[in-house]
Amino acid sequence: MRAILAAIAIAAALPAAAATLEERLAPCLSCHGEKGQSANQDVPSLGAQQKDYVLVQLYMFREKLRKVELMNEMAKGLTDDDLRAFSEFIAKLPAPLPPADASDAARVARAQEIVGKNRCNSCHTSTFVGQDQIPRIAAQREDYLLRSLREYKSNERRSYDPAMASVVEPLKDEDFVDLAYYLARVK
Amino acid sequence: MKPQSVSARALLRAGTLAAAFAVALPAMAQQPAAPLPKPGTPGAPNQPLYGRPDNEAAIKLAPVPAPPIAASVDKLPVDKLKLPKGFNIEVYASGIPDARSLRLGDKGTVFVGNRLQDKVYAITEKDGKRTVKVIASGLYKPNGVAFHNGTLYIAELSKISKIEGIEDKLDNPPKPTLVYDNLPKDEAHGWKFISIGPDNKLYVPVGQPCNACIPSDAHGQIRRMNLDGSGVEVIARGVRNTVGFDWHPVTKELYFTDNGRDWLSEDLPNDELNRLTKAGQHFGSPYCLQGNIPDSEFGWGRSCSEFVAPVGLMGPHAAALGMRFYNGTMFPAEYRGAILVARHGSWNRSNKFGGDIALVKLNKDGSVKSVEPFITGFLVDNKYIGRPVDVQPMKDGSLLISDDYDGAVYRVTYGNAKTANR
Repeated sequence: MRAILAAIAIAAALPAAAATLEERLAPCLSCHGEKGQSANQDVPSLGAQQKDYVLVQLYMFREKLRKVELMNEMAKGLTDDDLRAFSEFIAKLPAPLPPADASDAARVARAQEIVGKNRCNSCHTSTFVGQDQIPRIAAQREDYLLRSLREYKSNERRSYDPAMASVVEPLKDEDFVDLAYYLARVK
Repeated sequence: MKPQSVSARALLRAGTLAAAFAVALPAMAQQPAAPLPKPGTPGAPNQPLYGRPDNEAAIKLAPVPAPPIAASVDKLPVDKLKLPKGFNIEVYASGIPDARSLRLGDKGTVFVGNRLQDKVYAITEKDGKRTVKVIASGLYKPNGVAFHNGTLYIAELSKISKIEGIEDKLDNPPKPTLVYDNLPKDEAHGWKFISIGPDNKLYVPVGQPCNACIPSDAHGQIRRMNLDGSGVEVIARGVRNTVGFDWHPVTKELYFTDNGRDWLSEDLPNDELNRLTKAGQHFGSPYCLQGNIPDSEFGWGRSCSEFVAPVGLMGPHAAALGMRFYNGTMFPAEYRGAILVARHGSWNRSNKFGGDIALVKLNKDGSVKSVEPFITGFLVDNKYIGRPVDVQPMKDGSLLISDDYDGAVYRVTYGNAKTANR
């Protein structure tokens, strides 16, 4: 937490106009991972994320439509152009890699059945790289995926578009556990 | 036959059938006519992509999201829009992300709602200079705005509230106060268009909470109530999702757009333009589509003759949203008494359709004479460069159009009308 606060302090201290985009994004990537892969619990990997999705999230953080205190603080004062530039930069980071462990075939099969029934591949695409405002979820951190699914279900996390709220409505927590396990391991 | 009894009986019949199957065929694993899954289970009809066939072309189709940030004035597509000879279009206001329903106040204020964001905006004009300000925020999907006797009514997803004397309080508006909230909280088709009729009543739709399903008694309808939320009655059923309505200037009959279901096919069904001639009429959804197609799933054992057919067809998956009768005098005579409809444009179609303002001319008896494109050009190479949501005729006869894709409002004039400053 101290590191994060320090990062915010640095971000705030940097005069926006003078700093390069890389310099301004350094505090972000210190948590999210410089190479697109996050090593921190509950902090999502951003590599190869869809730029339109990143833009929407940054906008929602700035407008407090999505409430995560740390991110609301980080996004405060960013201009529309900042949001666009940040999103484009982030989309070009390398895609995250799945964990190297051998995956549990039974859990994968269960998750694939849930994916099929709920047509996750319609918006997130069959390779789960996402499109436009639909996020890449392939090889995202398992803890973050699970947390997001649970928050969609409890309505703690309201997405910009109502689709996810309806999708998760009939799903159970055990489904989320399997989905997160599987999606984190999609290559 | 009363529409209510039709749907009640259908439900009963469906329930009896399902029970019969369950008793008679418990072990027949290959039985194709299995009862529908209960709403709420995976793959059930209330799921957003229910009905999507599993083929490559269909998998590609998904709702087209709008950028959350309004386009800057120089990026707005006004120069690319196509209008009939003699018409002009200009930017009326920009920087209104997610600009949805429009409404005009008595003193000339234009109110703009949000569907995905949380604000209601007011556009004011003083000495030829226009200002955009937020008058309410922190609301939940405040898509609908209505205005009556100085009061602004706001429709959130499941709540109607109001601000009295709003035009005198624009710089320091109070929080909206509750009018009515006995409404379902479903996200799907939960956002609302609202209006106040010539009978001084508030009209509030409740969409079907699904693409295609048998709605509950509280869904798939238009309600009407007193301005304080009392005396609620359901005046139309079989309404899948209406996001625009207005009243005929002479007959005072209610006309409303209704969006047809997804995934039936590329070209069918059409969105509907309906006319209510009697309270309580049933307009077919989900049993009968566009007045003449029994639904592939819910139409079995039903007939389209049980329901009121639309007066006009608005195109396949066109997303016909906001509509108003044009009663002004600035446009040529043929526009008087016609309906202008904002077609947001399709997502559930490989070759997109719509993304325009349609002109619907009526016959003397109130039936539809023609539906034709009026303002086009929002759709370029199968991609949207703007998406019209609502229209609002102004006192001088000009017409405003909201665009939620670019976060702007445009103004259409005819002839050498002097254009105001942007």
